[in-house]
Amino acid sequence: MIEFHQVFKRYEGGHEALKGVSFALANGEMAFLTGHSGAGKSTLLKLIALMERPTRGQVILDGQNISQVKDRHIPYHRRKIGMIFQDHRLLFDRSVYDNVALPLVIAGVSDRDIPKRVRAALDKVGLLNKEKQLPIQLSGGEQQRVGIARAVVNKPPLLLADEPTGNLDPELSAEIMKLFEQFQQVGVSVLIASHDLGLIARMKHPVLTLKDGRTIRNELAEAEFDG
Amino acid sequence: MAKTVHKGHSATTAKVSLLDRIKMALSLHKKNSVSTLLDILRQPANSLMTILVLAIALALPSAFYVFSQNAKAVSGSWNGGVQMALFLKDNTTEQATQELMQKLNLRPEFDQVTLVSKQQALEEFKSSSGFGDALEYLDDNPLPAMLVLTPSSEVATPSQAQVLVDELQQERIVDVAQMDMQWVQKYHAMLDMAQKIGSFVSILLAMAVLLIVGNTIRLAILNRREEIQVIKLVGATDGFIRRPFLYTGFWYGLIAALLAALMVNIVIAVLRGSASTLAELYSSGFSLMGLAPSHTLSLLAFGAGLGLIGAWISVNKHLRDIQPN
Ligand SMILES: Nc1ncnc2c1ncn2[C@@H]1O[C@H](COP(=O)(O)OP(=O)(O)O)[C@@H](O)[C@H]1O
Ligand SMILES: [Mg+2]
Repeated sequence: MIEFHQVFKRYEGGHEALKGVSFALANGEMAFLTGHSGAGKSTLLKLIALMERPTRGQVILDGQNISQVKDRHIPYHRRKIGMIFQDHRLLFDRSVYDNVALPLVIAGVSDRDIPKRVRAALDKVGLLNKEKQLPIQLSGGEQQRVGIARAVVNKPPLLLADEPTGNLDPELSAEIMKLFEQFQQVGVSVLIASHDLGLIARMKHPVLTLKDGRTIRNELAEAEFDG
Repeated sequence: MAKTVHKGHSATTAKVSLLDRIKMALSLHKKNSVSTLLDILRQPANSLMTILVLAIALALPSAFYVFSQNAKAVSGSWNGGVQMALFLKDNTTEQATQELMQKLNLRPEFDQVTLVSKQQALEEFKSSSGFGDALEYLDDNPLPAMLVLTPSSEVATPSQAQVLVDELQQERIVDVAQMDMQWVQKYHAMLDMAQKIGSFVSILLAMAVLLIVGNTIRLAILNRREEIQVIKLVGATDGFIRRPFLYTGFWYGLIAALLAALMVNIVIAVLRGSASTLAELYSSGFSLMGLAPSHTLSLLAFGAGLGLIGAWISVNKHLRDIQPN
């Protein structure tokens, strides 16, 4: 699904956030990305979603070198990826239903199909009865589940989550992680950045550990043709 | 790399038929246009000031246009009253005079050619000036014979008349060719200048409309900065994000133009009474014209177009700066 080949990322201002990262995440695999704060986890995810471009190296998504994706095609690229954030990034003046429907509206799904797909997604995260509420009326864990429903409603083959349980207590965190496992079980590839080592240890998934932009431990496959 | 089980599902979004895509695009346009209009109408306090300023900026050139149209109509109705006079040289023979009269009579530019002989000129002068007795003491009649020409409707403008006068001046027996039209010429020259100033001011005001709409849209974009970032993250194209802002600009322009048309017509209705009194005094058939329906339509199109363009410029300038992080 994803391959990184000797990827470097230097931000404007000179800070080098990634220094030669290589790994491969297979189709349908779920993995964790960990490391201390500032290690480069968010940067790595942003490169996949083309929120940033690598300075050097190659990022391959589904067999395609994404440096070839032109700026104006980035929206279509992002529709293949469901993204989940620590701060949820919901639209707070719109209902839960409208938030989840957003990717479908953007992708031009017909009005006829939207309701049943939104309800299917809300059903999966257990929020079917909250569709009319505003995000502000929900708890932190529920808001995060709305974020997940929005990420999966378009059935993308890849989910990226950046600290999805950062603000949640252990019990809710475990529930969210179980949700991700359910998506993996139906074939979705999942990459989760988290520094919650205890939680990661309890789940049996490969871990990629970064430190200061370098891979210090890789339980995933190495990218092919790469050391 | 093998396809995921899920890939099959995700493809459903990509395989929407062309007809469905068109239907969706239309339905998005409908939603965007209606919701942006409702946004403006629902919060009139927010948009009222902007729309009023826009309406005034549009009303000024329209009012100016209406008045210059009226001014032209006025000078048009006065043009017909203009006459030319050809003062003939003193030694002109009767025959030469008759020849010239015949020649002029044949030309379509003149409705009427009248001869005022030396004798007639003298009589007229006597009766109208009150100096009649004084003239008795002159041996000679000092007044020249003259031909009075009434131009036909073919001579529509002062400059055309001037060309004729210049030409007639070249006639052998004509001493001086004159047109009692100087004031019309001055009037036209002033009208010309006023029109140039008016066009210049109109261009400035159109630019003001662009800037005002552009700035309003800029604020709207900045207000929704986070929302824009989020919808970019979930795969919105620039076109999708741009559309509601373009509609907002369009509505601002259109509503302002409607108000402007209303303002101009109210002003004209108020002025119509005094204008007709004035026209009666000058026994002119002139009556003040309002904005014709076709001009009202142009004004609406112009306003909506400016709103759209202003929004377009602003959106292109500011959307690019907003990227998700
Ligand atoms: N937009 C940016 N400009 C400059 N430096 C950045 C930017 N984003 C992140 N960084 C720096 O890159 C490093 C890695 O950041 P990040 O990928 O966010 O780490 P993590 O998510 O693991 O905490 C940090 O030192 C951070 O300060
Ligand atoms: Mg981070």
